Amino acid sequence: MNLKLKALKKSLWVYHVSAGSCNNCDIEILDLLTPRFDVERFGIVLVGSPRHADVLLCTGIVNKKCVERVKEVYEQTPKPCVVVAIGACACSGGIFRDGYQMAGPLNKIIPVDVYIPGCPPKPEAIIAGIVKFLKEIK
Amino acid sequence: MEELKKVIVPIGPYHPLLEEPEYFQLFCDGEEVVDVEWIAGYNHRGIEKLAESKHWDQVTFLVERICGICSTSHPFAYCNAVEDLAQIEIPERAKYIRSIIGELERLHSHLLWIGLAGHFLGYNTVFMWAWKYREGILDMFEMITGNRNHYAMFRIGGVRRNIEDEDIPILKKTLSEVEGKIKMLTEAVIDDPVLSARLKGVGILNKEDIKNYGAVGPIARASGVDIDVRKDDPYAAYNLVDWKMITTNNGDVFDKAVVRLLECFESIKIINQSLDRIKGTKGEIWKEVREIPKGEGIGRHEAPRGEVFHYIRSDGRASSPIRHKIRAPSYVNIPTFKASCIGETISDVCIILAGVDPCYCCTERIAVYDKEKKKKVYSFEDLVKKSIEKTEKIKKEIGKESKLWKKLF
Repeated sequence: MNLKLKALKKSLWVYHVSAGSCNNCDIEILDLLTPRFDVERFGIVLVGSPRHADVLLCTGIVNKKCVERVKEVYEQTPKPCVVVAIGACACSGGIFRDGYQMAGPLNKIIPVDVYIPGCPPKPEAIIAGIVKFLKEIK
Repeated sequence: MEELKKVIVPIGPYHPLLEEPEYFQLFCDGEEVVDVEWIAGYNHRGIEKLAESKHWDQVTFLVERICGICSTSHPFAYCNAVEDLAQIEIPERAKYIRSIIGELERLHSHLLWIGLAGHFLGYNTVFMWAWKYREGILDMFEMITGNRNHYAMFRIGGVRRNIEDEDIPILKKTLSEVEGKIKMLTEAVIDDPVLSARLKGVGILNKEDIKNYGAVGPIARASGVDIDVRKDDPYAAYNLVDWKMITTNNGDVFDKAVVRLLECFESIKIINQSLDRIKGTKGEIWKEVREIPKGEGIGRHEAPRGEVFHYIRSDGRASSPIRHKIRAPSYVNIPTFKASCIGETISDVCIILAGVDPCYCCTERIAVYDKEKKKKVYSFEDLVKKSIEKTEKIKKEIGKESKLWKKLF
């Protein structure tokens, strides 16, 4: 296995990008860090800068004002990195797909590795999605 | 003024902890903030325009997705608006169920806020506690509606799902557990000398400011302005149950926290009474609505952050609204930063911005720019760090002899 990939999956540091979401996926991501789910026990930590991150958790439809910002964040993230599209909006546009402000979905803007659908996905679903991906790259 | 604007501190537009992307610029003179600018649009999704292309029933789901934290407030106000337009009187059972959902949402939203506020002050214990106890309320939501967030409970003419009699004892038990925890949290916040030192007298908004900016919700009530749609223009079951409006007079961040915490108990009172009334009774939960006549209607709801306002116009022929106007509470509450932040220090700005519960999602970074092109970039974490440092300093001054900690351990 690629050394970089091996190092990547030891302890995932995640950065959270909200590109025009309704907050709900964002709250569920925060919920993951609090005592009920507590993903920190698996070494998953939320970091404050994309430069420190292994994983980008992206939510929202990616509206026209956000496009440049999202690309910038992706470029700043050290590679290899994992991009996770969380929620119906990031995966497909959801209920907003016909809106005039829609520039996404996310895979039109940046390459996406994992899709976690749901509106919002339950925290369990987010954990399951990440675990599935980690098994996949083994 | 130009002379004074020495340093600009932009906050945003992305930060991992907060909700909606918003972008603030603080103009600073040393530590003191002299002006605040707000740039919006990072979360614009064109919902009002989309509503004009959706069916009346679909719009309930669309407006639900305006905000994930107040995901019942918008359908609530929208249904009120359509029912006002079509002159529909909803069944009594539906009224109680609507109130229960509305108040459960207020509980989870206020707990969420108190957690985030704790985090900004460097009290991560409060953050973890509040979010842990919030899970109980999300469980109740899951039991009643089938989803943790985005409940899809509302429809024009009533509610979609019934609260079954056999669920009521479990709901009441969970609620009383949560009530005990909130009581502990309230005592923890109100008695703590460090929190008092950090929050009292910070970010004061007086009655005049509230009126000038048209602020609503807990922010207005913390400044002694008794404005609450539930009392002023009762809808659903709010005039059928007994509860009182919480107001305080100081208008600082501490009072905003106190108002929110005490409101939780009023919400619990409303839910308990409503559950008692619907227990053992049977009745319709929705009324069939065949068509929406020509006309216009307004609907209001007291969301956790203040008054939500929806305006609907129909031409009587189309199957969707001709015009749908939405005004969310944060829209009027956020500009109060102009009154509350100016003259405060940078380390207090963090909590003042958070004190309004502005629903800002992803403010990522803070950069400090000097006017003479001497550029220095801080991350948003540095701002939080500054805030935490101040708390630590005060902690040392006051000492660890807190009444609260003795009570807890």
